[in-house]
Parts: sequence; structure tokens; C-alpha cells
Amino acid sequence: MKILNLAKQAILVPAGIQDADIEKIMARLLTSSVDAADIYFQSSHSESWVMEGGIIKEGSHSIEQGAGVRAVSGEKTGFAYSDRIELPVLLEAANNVRAIGRQGQEAQIGLIHAANTVQYYPVANPLKSLGEQQKIDLLRQVDTETRKLDHRIEEVIISLSGVHETILVANQDGSLAGDIRPLVRMNVSVIVVENGRREQGSMGGGGRSDYNYFVELNRGLGYGREAVRQALVNLEAQEAPAGNMTVVLGSGWPGILLHEAIGHGLEGDFNRKGTSAFSGRVGERVASDLCTVVDDGTIAGRRGSLSIDDEGTPTENTVLIENGILKGYMQDKLNARLMGVKSTGNGRRESYASLPMPRMTNTYMLAGKHNPEEIIKSVKKGLYAKNFAGGQVDITSGKFVFSASEAYLIEDGKITRPVKGATLIGNGPDVLTKVSMVGTDLELDSGVGSCGKEGQSVPVGVGQPTLKIDGITVGGTSV
Amino acid sequence: MQNQQEVNRLKDIVQNLLDEAKQQGATAAEAGLSQENGLSVSVRLGDVETIEHHCSQGLGITVYFGQRKGSASTTDLSVESIKETVSAACSIARYTSEDEYAGLPEKALLATSFPDLDVNHPWAITADEAIALAIECEDAARHYDAEITNSEGASVNTHQGIHVLGNSLGFLHGSLSTRHSLSCSVLAQRGESMQRDYWYTVARNANNLEAAVEVGQKAAQRTLRRLEGRSLSTRQCPVLYSAEIASGLLSSFIGAISGGNLYRKSSFLLDALDTQVFPGFVHIHEQPHLIGASGSSAYDSEGVATHTRDLVTDGILRSYVLGTYSARKLGLHSTGNAGGVRNLTIDPGVLDFDGLLKQMDTGLLVTELMGQGVNILTGDYSRGAAGFWVENGQIQYPVEEITIAGNLKDMLRNIVAVGNDVDYRGNVRTGSILVERMSIAGQ
Repeated sequence: MKILNLAKQAILVPAGIQDADIEKIMARLLTSSVDAADIYFQSSHSESWVMEGGIIKEGSHSIEQGAGVRAVSGEKTGFAYSDRIELPVLLEAANNVRAIGRQGQEAQIGLIHAANTVQYYPVANPLKSLGEQQKIDLLRQVDTETRKLDHRIEEVIISLSGVHETILVANQDGSLAGDIRPLVRMNVSVIVVENGRREQGSMGGGGRSDYNYFVELNRGLGYGREAVRQALVNLEAQEAPAGNMTVVLGSGWPGILLHEAIGHGLEGDFNRKGTSAFSGRVGERVASDLCTVVDDGTIAGRRGSLSIDDEGTPTENTVLIENGILKGYMQDKLNARLMGVKSTGNGRRESYASLPMPRMTNTYMLAGKHNPEEIIKSVKKGLYAKNFAGGQVDITSGKFVFSASEAYLIEDGKITRPVKGATLIGNGPDVLTKVSMVGTDLELDSGVGSCGKEGQSVPVGVGQPTLKIDGITVGGTSV
Repeated sequence: MQNQQEVNRLKDIVQNLLDEAKQQGATAAEAGLSQENGLSVSVRLGDVETIEHHCSQGLGITVYFGQRKGSASTTDLSVESIKETVSAACSIARYTSEDEYAGLPEKALLATSFPDLDVNHPWAITADEAIALAIECEDAARHYDAEITNSEGASVNTHQGIHVLGNSLGFLHGSLSTRHSLSCSVLAQRGESMQRDYWYTVARNANNLEAAVEVGQKAAQRTLRRLEGRSLSTRQCPVLYSAEIASGLLSSFIGAISGGNLYRKSSFLLDALDTQVFPGFVHIHEQPHLIGASGSSAYDSEGVATHTRDLVTDGILRSYVLGTYSARKLGLHSTGNAGGVRNLTIDPGVLDFDGLLKQMDTGLLVTELMGQGVNILTGDYSRGAAGFWVENGQIQYPVEEITIAGNLKDMLRNIVAVGNDVDYRGNVRTGSILVERMSIAGQ
């Protein structure tokens, strides 16, 4: 209730919009026979600071707000939005989208009432968690300390950004849910040079928290140390191997494997349409019995977490794969209804100007029973991939890629020397069947992930323990 | 004309922003405003899936207090919001550092003539007409072959935008532009093999869009030809980038000669000016004033006049790609490239696509690339790929689940031929590009 009132204060009160007005817009949407309708209000304040070349080079502040109205009839969706949260504008938008409905009986309009929600992060405005001078001091401290770490450091670029977003979702049953979503992120990238060879390293983190997150445990300084470490490793890296080989993936961010290889393929829309390589495979084996994978939006303070999704549904801890068997898909309301199941709280949208669809939150594999050192020791010849850049998947063919940014050769059970970054390519529906060892060291990523789908970007998390894949193609140059 | 009245109204708002900045003590300012309207419809399996009405706006301002700057933006164009936005930008400028390179462009470089580049052609299409067109397109794909078993649908999009840019040096200009597109994506199945591919057409003027049936048929053909793809053994061989993805190679090259990467020394082409980057037969130009093209504009995102110019002649790099800030950092002048290059064109060679296949003889034709895998600092390149294995100049079978890798410096220098099968849809116009040798990793 408290969150809902705060959200109303932030969005509806300044616009002079009352509960009765929302009912009026909803009534307009429901004049033809529709299966579902919602109104989504959003107000987002964000800022970013960039330090480069030892100076505070850039700062920006941004306010984005608006509302989207949607009506759904069967598989059809009508949608309109406006940057102006004004009753006449929203009534006009409702006029535009209700044409999607069938001729027939008008749907019942519920009276506006509060939806019950649980909150997984603080509501305070992260932009105000530090004074402007304190933000600058934090950037300067990380810059100064990072530059001291090694004489080979040529440039340090640090960014700090924060978002304070408030949303409200009204559904046709009258339920009104609100959420206040803080999000902060810091990133340090460095360029090092030695004997004319230049390399870079980059590390960042954050979550649904405030700027004190980077001060606590000296996290900001830690990102600087890690970026320098990676860059120096890259200075030593030689040509990466090419071909199919055993690969050991590190814990944490390498969980991007799960996001690309199986995550997207298990989103409800693709499976309802039968366009995913995983369509119709619930109950089948899609991974070795060592693998249990979940999508969990309920972890406190994580970048991918949400108290409610963008359709007002509380998020869940959804089991996707249990001991190797495919258990279910991630759903939004539309696809859940058409597939005869319940929404799993995965209906997300980039903003009021985009339609929601099934999206991941925090996707990770549970810990196994192998000691990470034991896993490395078991490999005669292979690759240890510790850090990754982005990835991509073709959900129909199942082919996916993810690009290593820090990798080493494993020879006779030992990590020997660093190799250059390389893209790994595999087949989603069978890559996890080749997982032969799963570590005890489950770790979630540091809070930097963004996922793109149909042009919409949303923050996500990934995670996994160290794991061994008995064969995947590594795209190096050393043939 | 109603549109012109709207442009004038938005120009007034931008002028107000600039005036407000001066009022609040800024010594210089730059402001931009855009407004976009549009309609998107998508159909799937012969029926409507979504109808979306787009209407968005936003403004942004950058203020300078001497050599310190601050920026702010908002979607709210009201008078109070303008005051608050300017004040937010000014407040940020109190905390940023003095930067001797910061500031507006030199006045002499700002655009003063604004030729009509024919980029504004509103499409008077209703939602019902757009739906009919999308269904026609999808039907052509679905009925193309019995192995086309499913569809991700077809969509029609039409957008008109107004963009106004102004600065405190007296530059104030508004322009209208349109963009329309039609796309289709279908699935094919044969046994266990399921594949998906797509085709699209995009134009400033709807009359220049490819016919709906043609778009649907191409989507179907491109999907069918991928069925039963296999991997390759790990090897080295020539690689032919098909025209629609070859633009990515040139975009990486542009990234490496862009001011931001150069002054940060994070480019594999540092100090490459006036050196041989490509083989001697390669010529690359920028043509920002092409009539009706996707990247056409008389000025860049800072108001600096754009010019038709050579970037590469006889394979030698002749110019960098610079905005005002990066130019000053490098001790040079802006090349009118704030916001990127416009209508980048590589001169086509004499061979058509079949001619390129024959010249390659045996090697890999790449038609799809996956993932990022491009390091502009080192030039290291490793990406997921799909395409076709070619022997004796003939396509043999589809290939998937492989990677191609090399170093961009070598790849650019080892381009063997550029085809005349130019893809004119995007901002980078190139034919297919044959690279002498790359590493392929597979089963």
C-alpha cells in the first residue's frame, strides 16, 4: 500500500489523475469485447557521470515519463502511448486501441483497488543518496587509486549512473499496482600499453540499490583493480585455439551461457508460436542431470530483480530445468492465457512506449558438488573461459554465441597461459547435455547485464557455478 | 503547410531553451528536439497481431559555462519543464571539470545552406491498408513452399520525424524526414531441421519499397536454403561476405578511424592516416547529400555542414571521421561526422555475385553473423557465422554452428574483390566482399 501511494504521488497526483479517471479510460478500452486491457504509467529520472583523462568530463540528467494503453483480444493487441499524462490524451489513445476488440458484449470494469505486492529493494531515490560533490569525489577516488596500480596504465574511464523509476499498472479487473525501482551502475575501463601493444580491461557492477553500494566494501575501487588485472592478462594473451574442445566456464558472469543457450528459447511467446527449438519439449531431457536452472526475479537488490513485472504480476522463482528435465517456460499474461497457464511474472517492457513480452529476470544454474579446482584438474586439454562480453541466439535453429574476454589454455589439468578473446558457438538444446561437472561455487554476476529483444533493452542478471562442457566450438585463429 | 507550422513551433521551443540557458548564465548552449509519429502493424498466420500508434517527443540541452559543460533531457515540452531541464544542465556544469577541448563547433563550419534532400514523404496508409499489405507479404512467404511451416509474421512500419537543432552561435534549423519499411520472417522445417530467416525493405518514400510479394518470397527463399545446415571441420579458407552483411566490415573500419577511438588510442588504425589500409583498388566515399537516401543530411548532429568526400582512395586512408570534440583533441577540424558517417559507399567492382563465387572457387559464403566479437582496439575478430560452403564456384550446402576469425587489419588489407551486387538499403552501401583467408572453427 505504501509503495502504491508513493507511486500515485509521483505520477498521478501531479497530473491531476484520480482513480475515477483511470476507470474512465479503462471503460473506454472495454467498450468492445476484449480479453484484457491495461494502462501503464511510468516516470523515470536518471543521470550519468563520466570521468575520463583524469577529469569529470560529462554529466547528464534525464526525465522520461508517459503512459501506454493496451487492449488485447485473442492473439491481437492494440497499443498507443503518449509522453503526456493527461486525461484527454489517454482517452484518445484508448479510442485508438479499442478497435482491436471483437463485436460483442462489453467486458466488466472493475473498481480500482490496490494490488498486494512484496518489495525486493529500497524505495529511496538513488540519485539523492550521495550529494553531487560526493559522487564526484567517488569518481576521483576510483580514478586516482586505479591509476596508481600499474605504470602500464595509459587511460582510465569511469562511468557512474543511476535511475529512479516509478511505475503504475492498472488492469481491467481494477487492480492497481505500483513499483518504485532504483538502479545504479558503475563501470571502470582501462587501457594499458607495453612495448607498443595496447589492451583493455573493463569491470563494473551495480543493482537495485543506491550509490552507497559502490562505497560499501570499496566496490568501486575493486572494479578498478579487476579492470587493470584483466587488461594486464590480455597483454600476455596469445592466439586462441580454434575447434571443438572441452571448455571450463568460470562462475558468475559466464552464466550468460544460460541466458543465450536456453533462456531466450524458453520465453513463452516463442513457444506459444512454436518458433523455438524448445517448443513442445516440456518434460523432455534438455540437459545433463547435474543441471538445474531457474529464473528468479525475487532476489533482493539484484539488477534483474523486480517486485512486480510490468503487467503488475509479482515475480517468482521459476524452475526452468530441474535435474536436466525441461519444466516450463517464462510467461507474460498474453502468452500464459493463450497457452492455458499462469503468468510467471516475466512480462517486461523497456518503457511505456513499448509492448510487454516474456523476458528474463535473473537466470542462473544451481550449485553442484564438484570443487572448482577438481574440475580444472580433470581436463587434459581445453579452454578455461573466465570472463565474457555479450552473446546472441537464433531461437529457431538453437544456435547461440557468447564471446570470451578472458581465457586460458588448460594443459594436463593445469591453467597454463592466457589466450585472446574468442567467440564460442553451440546448439542450445544440446549444449547442457554435455555438462559433465558442476562446481560448488555458484555466483551471480556483478550487476551489469542488459538484454535486447525486438529492439527493447531491459536490465537482467545471470549466474552459475564453475562448469565443464565436454565439447563446444571455440572460434580462435590458431587452426 | 501544417508540417512547416509545426517545425516553426518546435524551432520556437528550441530558441526558448537557448534563451533560457543564457538567462541562467550559460556562456554557450546547444539544444535539440525531436518529435516522431508513426504506425506499426504486424500480422501473423494471416491475422492481425499488433497495431501500435507511435507518438513521442523529447528535447535535450547541453550548456557550457566557459569550458565546463552539463547536459539534460526530458520528454516534457512544457514551459516549466524547459526551465527545470536547463537548470538541471546548469547544475551539472557546476561539477564537471574545465575541459580545454569542450565547446560548440567553429561558427565557420556550421551549415548555411539546406538543400532539399528529398527525405520527407509521408505515407497516407491506414491501419487497415497496412494490415492488408502485411498479409499479402506474409501470404507470399507462407505459400511459397510446403516446407514453410510456420511464421513470425510480417510487419509494416511508417514513421515521420521532425528534428530541430539549434545553438547559441545562431544556428537553428528544423527538418522533416520519413522512413517506411516492410519486413517478413518465416520458418521452414525438414525433419529435425528448423530454420528461420527474414527479408525487409526500407525507404524514405513508400513508392521505393520493394513489392510485398517480393519481400515475402525472398524471406521464404532465404529460410528454405538454410535447411539441413551442417558444421565444417576447423580450417583456413577464403570468406565471401554477402552484401547485406558486408556493411558490418566497413562499419568496424569506420569505428577504428572515428575520433572517439583515436583520441583514446583505442583503435587498431592509430596513425594510419595516409597509409595503405586496403588494397589499391578500394575507394570509399561519404555521400551525405544523396537524394532520398537513408543517411542523407546537410548537417551533422552538431550543425556542422556535411560534405561529399573521400575517406579511402587507392586503398590509402585519406581522412578520419571526426566531430568537434575529438577533432580538437587530435588538433584537427571537425569533418562533419558528429553522429557518424552518412551514406558510406565503397566503389563496386566489376564482378556480380556469381562472378565472386567463381573467383573464390572454394571457400565459405557468409550470410549471417552472430554476436559482437569485434575488438576495435586490437582488431581481433571472432564471430559466430552461418552461410554456405562453396566449391568450384558453386554453392554446395548450408553451413551453421561455426565461427570465423582473424584480425581486422589483415582482413581489410586482404580484401580480394568487391562485388557490384550493392545493397542500397542502409547507411553503408556495399556489394559482397571477398576476403582472401580467415580461420574457420567448427566440429
